[in-house]
Amino acid sequence: MPPAAAEPEATTTPAASPQQSVPTPPAEIFESWGRYPKYKARVVRLNWQSDFPAVLASSARAGIEGSALPVGLGRSYGDVGLLQNGTLLQTIGMDRLLAFDPATGILTAESGISLAQILDFSVPRGFFLPVTPGTKYVTLGGAIANDIHGKNHESAGSFACHVPCFELVRSDGSRRLCSRTENPDWFEATIGGMGLTGLITWAQLRLRPIVSRKMDVDHIQFHGIDEFLSLKQQYAQAEYNVSWMDCTSTGRNFARGIFMAGSHSAVPSELIPSLPPKLVFPFDAPGFALNRLSVAAFNALYFHKQMKPHVHAVQDYEPYFYPLDKILRWNRLYGRNGLVQFQYAIPWAHAKEGTIAILREIAASGLASFLAVLKAFGDIPSLGVMSFPEPGIMFALDFPIKPATFPLLQRLGDMTLEFGGRLYPAKDAAMTPTQFQTFYPAWQRFARFRDPMLTSSFWERVTGAEKRADGAERPTL
Amino acid sequence: MSTTPTLSTLDPQSVATAALAPNARITKKILVLGATSGIAEATCRIWAAQGAQLFLVARNQAKLAAVAADLKTRGAAYVGTAVADFDDTDKHAELLAHAVNSLTGMDVAYLAHGIQGDQPRAERDFEHAAQILHTNFVAPVSLLTWLANFCVQRHAGVLAVISSVAGDRGRKSNYLYGASKAGLTAFLAGLRNRVDREGITVLTIKPGPVKTAMTAEMKGWEKFADVNKVAESIVKAIDSKADTLYVPLQWRPIMFVVRSIPERIFKKLNL
Repeated sequence: MPPAAAEPEATTTPAASPQQSVPTPPAEIFESWGRYPKYKARVVRLNWQSDFPAVLASSARAGIEGSALPVGLGRSYGDVGLLQNGTLLQTIGMDRLLAFDPATGILTAESGISLAQILDFSVPRGFFLPVTPGTKYVTLGGAIANDIHGKNHESAGSFACHVPCFELVRSDGSRRLCSRTENPDWFEATIGGMGLTGLITWAQLRLRPIVSRKMDVDHIQFHGIDEFLSLKQQYAQAEYNVSWMDCTSTGRNFARGIFMAGSHSAVPSELIPSLPPKLVFPFDAPGFALNRLSVAAFNALYFHKQMKPHVHAVQDYEPYFYPLDKILRWNRLYGRNGLVQFQYAIPWAHAKEGTIAILREIAASGLASFLAVLKAFGDIPSLGVMSFPEPGIMFALDFPIKPATFPLLQRLGDMTLEFGGRLYPAKDAAMTPTQFQTFYPAWQRFARFRDPMLTSSFWERVTGAEKRADGAERPTL
Repeated sequence: MSTTPTLSTLDPQSVATAALAPNARITKKILVLGATSGIAEATCRIWAAQGAQLFLVARNQAKLAAVAADLKTRGAAYVGTAVADFDDTDKHAELLAHAVNSLTGMDVAYLAHGIQGDQPRAERDFEHAAQILHTNFVAPVSLLTWLANFCVQRHAGVLAVISSVAGDRGRKSNYLYGASKAGLTAFLAGLRNRVDREGITVLTIKPGPVKTAMTAEMKGWEKFADVNKVAESIVKAIDSKADTLYVPLQWRPIMFVVRSIPERIFKKLNL
């Protein structure tokens, strides 16, 4: 008997799949979280660290040419995780834990592991993520590639501040260990590098200890940016803070919101793992579901759901950090056309006037949805050349895709630029090349680190020819 | 392997006697063959979280090392590994003796290796057809013969083997693979009939399509069964000493219907 030609694998299926024939996955629509834009791409799943760049070679043999882009769970909103007519290398099969040292809290894991999987492992052991975004369904690699931030930016900085090192593999097969001291230029380019510098195969993450799942939370109503800023001062000792804002109201209720401060409880309690979510948003909502009236009604209800101006509560970390993760695929609420997010950071010099001006523009447009977030970025510098956070005010708001949305985003982007701020590539679907290149003046320096085989629709858009958003880019409605 | 055992120490009876150390069974001791397969890895993660002792065998050193590191990190009390090609049946006794010695015993043997094969190629090329039968049927028979005799000596043990719903009836789209699994299913039924009275469980696992690396190129992959749920069912079936597991469960009635179709109709179908 000759030795086996094929890899021994679990046999699991009665259907035919000639394993030896060349794998040519058909092009499919891979949706980003905003479900806009919609591009066809081939999705190839990476399961092992050795799969890259080997998959590129096997694609080339199969006659598939063109560029590729590593992607994780597709929670970026716009096109930073899309590649029209290209190959998406989805890393979620690379989800192994490689080491954990409880003395230092340093976890080593493959890059496709999700923050949810990390929490499932770490919480029962008394450790929590050093920085977490508003969803736990992002990958470790994606968190580094977008240098994501959380509600504790002022005390903890952005995600990669807690990443001691990672391995970067290029399409030429070269492997680099990257840290602040080893290959520091590659380290800085890859953090916030949108997956364009190579594939992160594994990374280390320094977790922080907790003694309880519980959070001590204060919810305080505010009216206007000044009240927000004074609450921020008043609750400076809280580990986390974030504010929800009503972006539809004008006049007396302009810029009203709820300031939510939180800290991990210091009272020890049982560290059990989370249950998996059971609710899935069942269908694409019709286009009229979100309109000026329904959003205004929601906002009024949400603002007044707490009967008192100030409520103190103890709650589990899941609803505090991940309220929307309870409903899988909640983005369907925006219907098939999807949503875009507008997220800026404006430095303190113009943070207040800029925020007020932009909020007025949004309220007047009548296009706002209810998912609006206001927060401050602290002074801890991000490590990435292309990292988004900078000290000042950060604001994020979702818009349903409507004909008037793109001209509005154009104006809001220009206003952000005038106030010296910047927009967040991970949330963007509308930035112009001029805006991007002004927001991120180091982009050309960064471009030298891009892997020649890797690109994204975002990168092609913002480094290509200028197209105004009220032009051909708009979706057919 | 640190020391090469002599031929006599590879005999299941002497290995079984030597492994009967007092207090040896604190946590489950599980031998996993084909440990880098998607289903096996997901199953091992559950066992690792329970603090099991695992011995993993697979062909690719780098993949095996990544899986072993993961299981160790997740809490496995012991993770031993060996790289082996299961097609090489001459080495099975040495491999299994080493594994069982490393575990100082064995409560469960989990066979998860196998190949899908290339049906159109197997129709033209007997060598390839023989390869599918060897990897999926002959090699497991060799492994299970040794393992069953080991368990008989100790009057205990679970032999959990991944077969397939494809073995329930031959179809034109994959009958070489199906035939190898049909042979394996029949072998397991006979083996169960022989060793049940010795206190040994033989579990035949018949998965439907599962979302794993092996099936990644197949149509409808997104709708396949979740590998972690499949793994949970397998762990439960092993704990409850079940005989046969269709997983997901709906494959039991589906395959009942498929088996019930008269041959004169079945032969006309495009399946």
